[in-house]
Amino acid sequence: MSNAKSLRCRECHREYPLAALHVCEFCFGPLEVAYDYDAIRRSVSRTTVANGPASLWRYRDFLPCDPDAAVDIGAGFTPLIHARNLGKALGLRRLYIKNDTVNPTWSFKDRVVAVASTRARELGFTRLACASTGNLANSVSAHAAAAAMEAVVFIPHDLEANKVLGSSVYGPTLVKVRGNYDAVNRLCAELAGAYGWAFVNVNVRPYYSEGSKTLGFEVAEQLGWRAPDHCVVPIASGSLFVKIRKGLDELAQAGLIDEPKTRMSGAQAAGCSPVATAWAEGSMNFRPQRPNTIAKSLAIGNPADGYYSLVQLRDTDGACASVTDDEIVAGMKLLAETEGVFAETAGGVTVASLRQLTAAGHIQPDELTVAFITGAGFKTVEPLEGALRPALEIDPTVESFQDAYRTLQPTEAVA
Amino acid sequence: MPVTVRIPQPLRNLTGDKSTVSAAGSTLSTLVSELESAYPGIRERLLDDAGDLRRFVNVYVNGDDVRFLDGLATTLKDGDEVSIVPAVAGG
Repeated sequence: MSNAKSLRCRECHREYPLAALHVCEFCFGPLEVAYDYDAIRRSVSRTTVANGPASLWRYRDFLPCDPDAAVDIGAGFTPLIHARNLGKALGLRRLYIKNDTVNPTWSFKDRVVAVASTRARELGFTRLACASTGNLANSVSAHAAAAAMEAVVFIPHDLEANKVLGSSVYGPTLVKVRGNYDAVNRLCAELAGAYGWAFVNVNVRPYYSEGSKTLGFEVAEQLGWRAPDHCVVPIASGSLFVKIRKGLDELAQAGLIDEPKTRMSGAQAAGCSPVATAWAEGSMNFRPQRPNTIAKSLAIGNPADGYYSLVQLRDTDGACASVTDDEIVAGMKLLAETEGVFAETAGGVTVASLRQLTAAGHIQPDELTVAFITGAGFKTVEPLEGALRPALEIDPTVESFQDAYRTLQPTEAVA
Repeated sequence: MPVTVRIPQPLRNLTGDKSTVSAAGSTLSTLVSELESAYPGIRERLLDDAGDLRRFVNVYVNGDDVRFLDGLATTLKDGDEVSIVPAVAGG
């Protein structure tokens, strides 16, 4: 049993049953899960959460599916790291990294897919599908395997090699579409109407997107049951950005934390920055873009939650950065070299955005700031080619090592 | 100038469950008027009170988002394919 009671249009508030529906039939607005918050408040406490499993299912009371029938490969409850070295490099005294690279398929998408696949199975679906920039396809493929469901995953044809491999290994029907993500997404929106499959980010999207709230829940719990002052989140569709804040708000509604005053700031790549561009222009209406960036997991030119992202930036006194490909690679290296966390390009976007927002005075040095690192670096190794220190290659002799090492450290004495 | 219009699930109750319909129009704007006479009620589902495309409706002409073209003023020619797709998907 879950505490979900209906789907509700975010725009016109029409209500719908808890079915595989994602769009309001009247105004095309997005449907969201509505909950019985009284029931949640009665059933949840800090103790019940703390006694729960070390996965996102510890927040079962806030999720729109039956946790006892969960498709569970261990998503969530990832480390929150006090990033002292990175903070020092950027001039932030209270910087934390939410390290979501360590999920079962190495990205935050395991959170949304855990919820979507559980709900899809409850609704009687036997096939999971998705439109993906790579990470989602990886996660859908893995969860389908664990749930003994079929997977049909659609990706742009030009993804990084390991993003492709990271789906194929689980045995899905992998479809490479000759087009960018927005074309893949449009195709899947049309296919979802024609095939009776659970497209996790189309017809099951209201449930799917709820999984992202768990990042907000975890961060608050890991900070000792308090909301951060400031979150910096990569924006692709904008769903993650919006749902992290929703997670914080729901914890307050359930009485687990004080009312959050968290500022929400966004991170985009300059080569795909519809939200950052609209924000810079002071507009609440973004214009779609044709993406051209190494941050392929953020390459959504027509973001479904772009409008709500802009609303949230405005309402929480946030800001939105956009950073170049060179800054993204530098951000990946900086995070790895300061904190030992190897993130994919999207993580480089987040770190570079942290730097930009701090330098511009949008983030204060004493704000308790959390940066969300959403995917692992081995997925996107191509942009690092030629950007890292080469290895020393030597013969297996002391002399050979000394000769080689001396080129790096000419003054170091050897005993 | 007949064009093919692909109708998304939420609008098929207006088109008698048809997923594609044929309609005429020299621009997207006139096409919407034509659709309205054939399928009364469809205009207010596509356009907001100001007469602009609703925020959460994407329209494509031969696969191109009309926001990259001329919006409602986008011209149409014989044989074009117009797709109406809910914007809220993906990511």
